[in-house]
Amino acid sequence: MADVLVVAEAAEGKLKKTTHSAVTFARQAAAALGGTYSILVIGSGVDAAATEAATLGAAKVLVAQDGSLGVYLAERYAPVVAEVAKARGIAVVVGTASGYGKDLLPRVAARLDAGYASDITGLVTEGSSLKYRRPMFAGNAFGLCSVATPIQVVSVRQSAFAAADASGAQSPVEQVAVARPGAAAERVEFVSFDQVKSTRPELAEAKVVVSGGRALKEKFNQVIDPLADVLGAAVGASRAACDAGYAPGDLQVGQTGKIVAPQLYVAVGISGAIQHLAGMKGSKVIVAINKDADAPIFQVADYGLVADLFTAVPELTKQIQASRG
Amino acid sequence: MKILVALKRVADPDNANKVKIPPSGDRIDTAGLEWKPNPFDEYALEAALRLTEDGKAPKARAGEVVVVTFGPKETEQTLRAALATGADRAIRVDVTDDKLDGALVARALKALVEREKPDVVLMGKQAVDGDSNQVGQSLAELLDWPMATFAATIQEEQGALLVGREVDGGVAVLRVRLPAVVTVDLRIVAPTSVYSLKTARTHKYNDGVRFAALPAIMASKKKPLAEVKLADLTADSGLKVQYHGFEPPPARKAGIKVKDVADLVARLKNEAKVL
Ligand SMILES: Cc1cc2nc3c(=O)[nH]c(=O)nc-3n(C[C@@H](O)[C@H](O)[C@H](O)COP(=O)(O)OP(=O)(O)OC[C@H]3O[C@@H](n4cnc5c(N)ncnc54)[C@H](O)[C@@H]3O)c2cc1C
Ligand SMILES: Cc1cc2nc3c(=O)[nH]c(=O)nc-3n(C[C@H](O)[C@H](O)[C@H](O)COP(=O)(O)OP(=O)(O)OC[C@H]3O[C@@H](n4cnc5c(N)ncnc54)[C@H](O)[C@@H]3O)c2cc1C
Repeated sequence: MADVLVVAEAAEGKLKKTTHSAVTFARQAAAALGGTYSILVIGSGVDAAATEAATLGAAKVLVAQDGSLGVYLAERYAPVVAEVAKARGIAVVVGTASGYGKDLLPRVAARLDAGYASDITGLVTEGSSLKYRRPMFAGNAFGLCSVATPIQVVSVRQSAFAAADASGAQSPVEQVAVARPGAAAERVEFVSFDQVKSTRPELAEAKVVVSGGRALKEKFNQVIDPLADVLGAAVGASRAACDAGYAPGDLQVGQTGKIVAPQLYVAVGISGAIQHLAGMKGSKVIVAINKDADAPIFQVADYGLVADLFTAVPELTKQIQASRG
Repeated sequence: MKILVALKRVADPDNANKVKIPPSGDRIDTAGLEWKPNPFDEYALEAALRLTEDGKAPKARAGEVVVVTFGPKETEQTLRAALATGADRAIRVDVTDDKLDGALVARALKALVEREKPDVVLMGKQAVDGDSNQVGQSLAELLDWPMATFAATIQEEQGALLVGREVDGGVAVLRVRLPAVVTVDLRIVAPTSVYSLKTARTHKYNDGVRFAALPAIMASKKKPLAEVKLADLTADSGLKVQYHGFEPPPARKAGIKVKDVADLVARLKNEAKVL
């Protein structure tokens, strides 16, 4: 038996969309292995998340609920995942390379003495052998790797695995025992979460992303928000804009921030450094607005507009609005 | 406080688009690219220095900063540069990159931690060549230590660190009691990101990492640099992740420059059909 275990991501009792990308991987991997996939939901008060997970076609939804799991801590979640994987003879543990997955899964791998293939963009199957394609060097090379341990741990890039749809039948939901954490758990304490509230779509899931760079200065929101509003877009930013405090750090798009691949990506006042390109090169249509005709961003843009953004962006916002009547 | 900093050298990340993949696809060729310290590890070193000093008098080290790299002889240059910026001691584990994977680096680091007994292991959240983002988390698990990854702020407390982590949707604050592993994110080198118990909360650092002054570069040549064999740290040098080949990224076809905003809107609507 070679089964796949999806580590779900839940927040405020609800299933996060990141989970659906890992499920897509699990369907492909389970098919190649001739096994099934289960989804593991961890937390406290996660019944709604489990119910939603049960629509995703898994053989089982496993729920590890406990008061001690109410806030996410890798030191407490990793033992739970590892225990379930061992007890059920799992072949592949998979999650999505979100902030949560990147934090948790390497810890799970170490606990299982397993190899970890991170942030993969493709699964290549040959019979029942699994190979993973993963970007390296800021997306300037792709490596094809395999994991040599009995249990493999994988994280998938959300933008490379389309979200799985619901699949008719309800999966049975089963409560599982909560593994005892190690000494590490006693020495870490959750203090607070300073949430950046936003009514916009999540960056990694948005169909349209409007990103601003250093050039926007203190006018970041004043210029970017109206355009994002008419496009129903998520807002992103370059590292320079985040470092300067024009935009919050979790909006950073790039090699070391969020990876996005929307239908439309609009880069405003962004030069197009290698690290930024790594996070948005996979977008379907790229628009760049920059006053420097030689800016590297134009090398990846489908449509480049050489102009001063402070006049071009308000004008663009107005014309898109008008074109929609 | 004693801090161990893991420092990897990488092929110049600002020119990562110049890496070449031979037709055989059997390797990634970085010839012609200069070696640079992994930027995240430079940031980890800067954070370690800030945690072991009074920001007003950064020449005096309160505690010890030990830097370690896994690499061939020539990576000693990277270590010397770290010694010049303020680290006290360096260790090179003799091995080449093709003999490593993240799990092996973590295993060997664990053995080194057991020898050196630091209060904190500080490292980058990811090496910008392999982009794996795994060694810190794996090390913490192997040691059964608490961790705080993606740190944007660190404040020293008595026997603990208060760490602000950049996560999806905001900043999560954790308190980790020492010893602990901390991996750092980009914003850790901002002027008000790191405070030791000695540094006044009103102190502002210069943005970014410090540079070595000439006398410090000279003095660094006398600082201890030890070599350790990988086999002395772990008997198991097997790789859990194996690479079978490499490919260049898919090419994007060249785009066009539009005349003006009206032209752009028309094309997005009629040609690209995204409006
Ligand atoms: C020719 C070649 C062949 C390779 N073959 C393989 C292979 O078969 N399998 C495989 O998995 N990998 C292979 N690698 C990559 C491997 O050498 C990586 O360096 C290793 O996996 C650890 O880096 P990472 O990217 O996983 O680190 P990350 O997890 O991204 O690094 C996080 C942090 O860990 C620390 N760290 C990581 N590596 C080092 C180091 N060497 N010295 C000091 N600190 C370090 C740093 O602080 C870093 O910021 C190969 C590389 C080359 C150049
Ligand atoms: C370890 C590391 C990791 C990194 N990770 C990331 C990452 O994940 N994401 C990321 O984005 N960066 C990352 N970077 C930083 C990256 O190298 C660049 O420094 C950064 O992307 C530059 O941001 P920018 O384009 O906003 O600023 P700049 O490069 O300063 O570009 C500003 C642009 O605005 C244009 N401009 C100025 N005024 C106007 C105007 N009035 N109208 C129109 N255009 C105007 C200029 O022509 C210029 O092209 C990383 C760097 C390091 C070292």
